Amino acid sequence: MAATLDVNGKPLSVQAADDTPLLWVLRDELGLTGTKYGCGIAQCGACTVLADGAPIRSCLTPIAAVTGAKITTIEGLEGRHRLQEAWVRLDVPQCGYCQSGQIMSAVALLEQSPQPTDDEIDAAMSGNICRCGAYQRIHAAIKDAAGQPAPGQTTDSQTQA
Amino acid sequence: MNAPFDRRRAQAGPSRRDVIVTATAAGGALLVGCSPTNLMALGAENEVGAFGPFVKIAPDGAVSVVCKHIEFGQGNHAGLAAIVAEELDADWARVGWEHAPANARLYANGAMGAQLTGGSSAINNSWDQLRKAGAAARAMFVQAAAARWDVAEGEITVENGVVSHAASGRTTDFRELLPDAARLTPPAEPTLKDPARFTLIGTDRVRRKDSLAKSTGQTRFTMDVQADDLLVAMVAHPPRFGAKVASFDAAAAKAVPGVVEVYEIPTGVAVVASNTWAAKQGRDALTVTWNEDKAETRSSTDILVRFQGLASGSADLAEGEEWQAFESQGDAASQTGDALEIGYDFPYLAHATMEPMNCVAQVSGNKARLTFASQGPTLDQLNVAKVVLNLPGSVEIETLPAGGSFGRRANFQSDFVVECVEIAKKVGKNRPVKLVWTREDDMAAGYFRPLVHHRVRVTTDAEGYPAAWTHRIVTQSIMKGAPMRGGGVDESAVEGAKGSPYLAATPHVDAQLLTPDIGVPVLWWRSVGATHTAYVMEHTIDQLARRAGQDPVDYRRALYRKADAKRHLAVLDLAAEKSGWATPASEGWTRGVAVHECFGSVVAQVAEVRMENGEPKVGRVVTAIDCGTAISPDQIAAQMEGGTCYGLSAALYGEVTLTEGRVDQTNFDTYRVLRHSEAPKVETYIVAQPAGAHPTGVGEPGTPVIGPAVANALLALTGDAITAQPFVRAQA
Repeated sequence: MAATLDVNGKPLSVQAADDTPLLWVLRDELGLTGTKYGCGIAQCGACTVLADGAPIRSCLTPIAAVTGAKITTIEGLEGRHRLQEAWVRLDVPQCGYCQSGQIMSAVALLEQSPQPTDDEIDAAMSGNICRCGAYQRIHAAIKDAAGQPAPGQTTDSQTQA
Repeated sequence: MNAPFDRRRAQAGPSRRDVIVTATAAGGALLVGCSPTNLMALGAENEVGAFGPFVKIAPDGAVSVVCKHIEFGQGNHAGLAAIVAEELDADWARVGWEHAPANARLYANGAMGAQLTGGSSAINNSWDQLRKAGAAARAMFVQAAAARWDVAEGEITVENGVVSHAASGRTTDFRELLPDAARLTPPAEPTLKDPARFTLIGTDRVRRKDSLAKSTGQTRFTMDVQADDLLVAMVAHPPRFGAKVASFDAAAAKAVPGVVEVYEIPTGVAVVASNTWAAKQGRDALTVTWNEDKAETRSSTDILVRFQGLASGSADLAEGEEWQAFESQGDAASQTGDALEIGYDFPYLAHATMEPMNCVAQVSGNKARLTFASQGPTLDQLNVAKVVLNLPGSVEIETLPAGGSFGRRANFQSDFVVECVEIAKKVGKNRPVKLVWTREDDMAAGYFRPLVHHRVRVTTDAEGYPAAWTHRIVTQSIMKGAPMRGGGVDESAVEGAKGSPYLAATPHVDAQLLTPDIGVPVLWWRSVGATHTAYVMEHTIDQLARRAGQDPVDYRRALYRKADAKRHLAVLDLAAEKSGWATPASEGWTRGVAVHECFGSVVAQVAEVRMENGEPKVGRVVTAIDCGTAISPDQIAAQMEGGTCYGLSAALYGEVTLTEGRVDQTNFDTYRVLRHSEAPKVETYIVAQPAGAHPTGVGEPGTPVIGPAVANALLALTGDAITAQPFVRAQA
């Protein structure tokens, strides 16, 4: 039941049955806890990682299906991806639990479409649920990372007049 | 970023003194649980640092603000830290934060008397306390510098963490002064800044401190707690509320590799394993027979029909049920004539946090230590103490950030916390046990926003304004499970109807509440009573305006003037102005307006709505809020954006149903929530305030207004009122 996975550019040996979901191998065995459990049935996107650049739901992906694939998790971005910079610039996260999955979906989107339209962003990101409702900032941060003009200021503080 | 747990850090353990545990509604509704003696006593020695319970200064001069409130997305850490930093005149870039340990004596919510986050009260109840904490620490640095330089304290200035004496040109900083300052005693009544001289509060510099960690997967949630000897537990729960284990067969579960043990606990059968996947496979392999003699077996439709009958008077009251008046003036029954009469139905709602409920506990003898996202540490201490047979103050809690809560993580039973401790007690030996609930476990566990029915009858005067308002609310009481709650109206069920300026503007009012017992656990859910009262009041008002042939904004203005509701009027005027209410909406869109006060803040929204593929689509939403002094305009906007999504998700799609007592929804495939493409574009405008105005909360007030704003747009579009949520029902 030993398998070798290519995770974030490193070959890693894991001891798990072939049908074990990648999510639990990443989290419990490899200690890569940035990838989250949210629903277990590929409905919420919190567990999104990349396999050869394509977004997959690790909660439903058996490790046997990704041996040989290059797997990238949020840790693999090393905090240097332009999307992560945009996420911080716009203070996108609220509770933050879904954000690893959001960012991995967005990474795949920008690889496919470096200048995504609003409709493309909607389509690519609607598999990722955010219960805090940070969607507006997620949308803006993707555009920001793509170098598109940021939307106008949405906060107009008239306090301490 | 939350600091990792350090055993040497200050621990819970109040002095021996009586503690009044005034737990509360996350909603202004106060319940009084009065505990006689030494309730929180017997804990580890509590070390309060040199600068008091809320301010820590590291040897390098970095400031850490100790937050007594949990961070679960609402960004309160930024506001709390900014209050201290403002008075301390610290360098904001060198200010961090950490969660306080469980200790009601030091960290009680000033509005509640217990350590608990709720009712959008974090900033509101901390304002004076943290201003003093920051000012006291500043005074200590000033005193230390004055002594060192032998100059008058009044000649010392502090700016961005730099301490200066202008006349002599000398400067120093917190790092250099720390050894001297830390030896001083914090003044009890330090001089506070003139709010007109604030340089940080209210600026766009007050931003979250956790965005980097949350954008790189580095934030440590309860789900992420790991330890060499950690066990993971999953529990088979009964299919109906109130059922118990009759018998079980654990053979197949124990055969799963990695499963360590199977235990019967009060809430079901627990499988303990070496990892999460093994625990799940083991749990799923259990065979359990349930005793359902005392289980709730009604369907949600049965409950709704019963509530409707009670409100209309067609059903008789059961024993113990009685109507309670919550607003009464004049003689509404005497007012006859043409009336608007309408009922509204609201379903059970799940909080559906992204991180399902979970907890890490370790028990050794009668000592319990917990590492998890505790929203109500005092409640959790009280409940856990009963399991390990110790005093509440002995229960140590390290609070982690939560992957959402919306009210779910604080309840009077500490349901999932106690479950975890029951298992950890079986395991013993101080071995950490992580209880993990799957999404399905989480959704079936109850503690829902209660099912609610309202019935409203309004007669109007010659000008079309309300003359008599008769109101009946039937719902389960959230506060029923509260420790030692007295009689009287459950405020959390009526807030928002009670106190409404529309009722204040109506000569005759007869408003009553009935709270039947139902065996479904219910709980506060972001904005609590306002989740339904805001809808009923605001949608009813638009129908009345329509009958009167008046513009809904003008109609509200007239009522607010009658009620002297100045703050309502101000947010309404600002939202109307910014949305361009006086001019036509964007082509193809219809506008709706709503206004509501929730936990001391008043919000008005104008939403643009159109129908797309048979469902309402919400576009631009202009939001105006009066929340007193705005500490972080950016995070106020974030809460308006997020709160609007949360409320819209419920209004459009949210519904938990029960069939013969079983919860029908299991996961996000059957419990629909708002997704990216369905999110509105929220603009936030903050009403100008006089300097120093007391701040009020923003975590919840953004949630309840969007539902009625959308309904009012659809009323304008179709002419039809919407009498039930959700607006979009799952296809049968």
